[in-house]
Amino acid sequence: MISLKINNKEYSIEADENMPLLWAIRDLVGLTGTKFGCGKGLCGSCTVLLNEKPVRSCQTTISTANGKEITTIEGISEENKNLQDSWEALNVPQCGYCQSGQIVSAYALIKTNPNPSNDEIDKAMAGNICRCGTYDRIRKAIHKTLENQ
Amino acid sequence: MSTIKNISRRKFIKNVGLVSGGLILAYHLPSCTGESEIRLADDGTYFNPNLFVQLKKNGELVLLSSRSEMGQGIRTSLTSAIADEMEADWKYVSVKQATGDAIFGDQNTDGSRSIRTILEPMRKMGAIAKAMLITAAANKWQVSESECAAENHYIINKTNNEKVFYGNLVEDASKLEAPKDVVLKDKKNFNYIGKELKSIDVHDFVTGNAKYGIDIRQPNMKFACIARCPVTFGTAKSFNKDEVLKINGVIDVIEFNRIERPFGPLGGIAVIAENTWAAIKGKEALNIEWDYGKNKSYNSEAYLEEITANVHKKGKEIKNEGSVNNAFKNAETLVESTYILPHLVHAPMEVPNATANVLEGSCEVWAPTQTPQTARIEIAGFLKLDIEKVTVNVTFLGGGFGRKSKPDYIVEAVVLSKAIKNPVQVVWTREDDIQNSYYHAVSAQYLKGSLNKDGKVTGWLHRTAFPSIASTFAPNITHGAGFELGLGVTNLPYDIENMRCESGKAIAHVRIGWLRSVCNIFHGFSINVFVDELAAKANKDALEFRLNLFGKNRIIPSAESEHKYDIARLKNVLVKAAKNANYSKKLPKDHGIGLAVHYSFLSYVATAVEVSVIENKLKVHKITTVIDCGLAVNKNSIKAQMEGAGIFGMSLAYYGKITAKDGAIQQSNYHDYPMLRINEAPEFDIEIVESNEKSTGVGEPGVPVIAPAIINAIFNATGKRYYSLPLSDHGLV
Repeated sequence: MISLKINNKEYSIEADENMPLLWAIRDLVGLTGTKFGCGKGLCGSCTVLLNEKPVRSCQTTISTANGKEITTIEGISEENKNLQDSWEALNVPQCGYCQSGQIVSAYALIKTNPNPSNDEIDKAMAGNICRCGTYDRIRKAIHKTLENQ
Repeated sequence: MSTIKNISRRKFIKNVGLVSGGLILAYHLPSCTGESEIRLADDGTYFNPNLFVQLKKNGELVLLSSRSEMGQGIRTSLTSAIADEMEADWKYVSVKQATGDAIFGDQNTDGSRSIRTILEPMRKMGAIAKAMLITAAANKWQVSESECAAENHYIINKTNNEKVFYGNLVEDASKLEAPKDVVLKDKKNFNYIGKELKSIDVHDFVTGNAKYGIDIRQPNMKFACIARCPVTFGTAKSFNKDEVLKINGVIDVIEFNRIERPFGPLGGIAVIAENTWAAIKGKEALNIEWDYGKNKSYNSEAYLEEITANVHKKGKEIKNEGSVNNAFKNAETLVESTYILPHLVHAPMEVPNATANVLEGSCEVWAPTQTPQTARIEIAGFLKLDIEKVTVNVTFLGGGFGRKSKPDYIVEAVVLSKAIKNPVQVVWTREDDIQNSYYHAVSAQYLKGSLNKDGKVTGWLHRTAFPSIASTFAPNITHGAGFELGLGVTNLPYDIENMRCESGKAIAHVRIGWLRSVCNIFHGFSINVFVDELAAKANKDALEFRLNLFGKNRIIPSAESEHKYDIARLKNVLVKAAKNANYSKKLPKDHGIGLAVHYSFLSYVATAVEVSVIENKLKVHKITTVIDCGLAVNKNSIKAQMEGAGIFGMSLAYYGKITAKDGAIQQSNYHDYPMLRINEAPEFDIEIVESNEKSTGVGEPGVPVIAPAIINAIFNATGKRYYSLPLSDHGLV
């Protein structure tokens, strides 16, 4: 039996300990905000926070996540309204599918680095692919959030 | 069920009366199946699905979107047009997604034509609603309609400033007959059209609440992952069912056959499981012996050599004006070049997936689809059901780009749900998506031009060879189809007296499908690079040379009757793009600005791209794009599409390459089919030309200009010209 603490709520999961956290979150717990994009840690759609650090949940087993604090996009919504407000104000999303991962990565960045350079932003966000190409607006939304903090 | 009435083909509005306290309006749109009838109940109790506007007594305004949302913001732009004409307060608006049904008119969300084809009907919907609300208020106040005005969810009595809220007029208005004629607003009175309206769905996107196809959950639903033959149309000979059944969570392993239709599933071995992970694991544990079939001979490298050879010899003539042979014979200078572009695949962030529940005598599906009616027809055909028994629910799409116009993945879910007698969600892995797709055609282009001693272009020969999309629909297709050649080749905008276009032989060995901007990608590429080469050979500035080459302002003949291909508009976007990019400015060493201009989907787009190449490494600094798409409906969406097309175009320029060896696709995920990332993304400057012309395409036209502008910019920065993509092959990225 694995215990997953997601967005401050405890879930008891009975599954193969090698199941990626992504699928436990989506299929067993039922939080579908975290997305599947590649299954190989290449696209960032599945990004969640594990003990406040961004991880690719498709590459993190539930046994690794056992007992740790997991925050998904649904949890971020309560924690940093500023970030999501900036995303909305600048109309960042197009199809929106990658945006959960983008926002979680951005959240992790600004939480640890209140004044990142453009290079640091690029580095923190380069793991998140956006096929629609919203990168310029993502950058601007991060800057806007930092200005408003 | 209430009586059904047949209505004539003439466009009209019919008020179907008060239903659950709301005012429902229906509008007949020409349907994609050519049906001229719409079915309405005449007793007002039947909640007729053909509704676009529903006003409730509390003022809530539910507007229907009949086109699929895949990032282009169509749910917002279309409904904003209704709300604008209706003088509705946007804060009351919510948007409902239409199911796949011919009653809603054409729902195919492709070809960059949603706004173009249904903006006006949507505006009329709003105008009719407003007219009826005015009449209701006028009757209530015992004044004439001309004394009433509509403003922001209220009707106002102009004489005494008394006002009544829309919600309070619902009961009276719903008893009225809808007027047959309405006057649309003057552009200067637009509240939402022409502005930068925020997406109605943005909050759901940023909170993770938006439900895409892959997020659909049905009671007791199972999950399926399918192993398909790596070679197109191959079949399975044997597989290790028993071993896979042992995997925790796997319920069944089912083989199913290919359905030999253009959008039919490829067939394969499906693993049914309790959750997605078990289904994927089960699929990965499959050991399948395949009969690869005849496409196993396909090697894309050799194929490319073959079609290149075909454009180096006479091809099938598709256009011939004047005498190119004479022009070449008498030329001062001749220029000839060959351009090679590889296969591409869409790889939308949300993989193909669909959820189906097949019951006795009916079927319901939920899918991210660009073509819900096509899906409905395919499903009804497969299940041998009356189409009315099939419900296709359209979810958000996590990207489409043309992949989700082909409902093969939806039929797969239906096949499996029928087999296991249970709701099931089919999920494609990224590997499946890259290896079993419909591919953008690999292409070879040959261009030859002649210049006289004044540097004027006297002759132009364009040979193009690529496996045709028509091959997906018919056997024995050997050359590009007319509609594909019309995407850039035969509608060349340059004023050249002697012109010949030919198409070279190219047979398909993989499923070919349309991908965002389709053949405009390779035609736009080759033409824009070649014109730049001619300019360089003539020792002329690239901008000035192009403007001269366009010739006099005129209309290019085209089959399109409603929209004229206007050279003046093409010149205009090019001039503006160059100006906005400060094209003539002195650039730092190793920098260059490249130009490209292309007409596609009836819109005019030009771009100026600034790059630097330092120690043979490319960096794109800024993309300056100008689009003339006629009347702009949602300026935010248009700018976003130009930015997105910039990244999409850069991705294909930098990295896009799908190859096949022994019939199987060699790429599999984002490590060997890379995408552009934020650290490579440039700055953008987008201008939308102010226009009163009819609205034209936006989703695709921004793509074709990007790659050639980069090639031209690299030339200006380094003096080196590249003739093939992707740039990663040349070590530049």
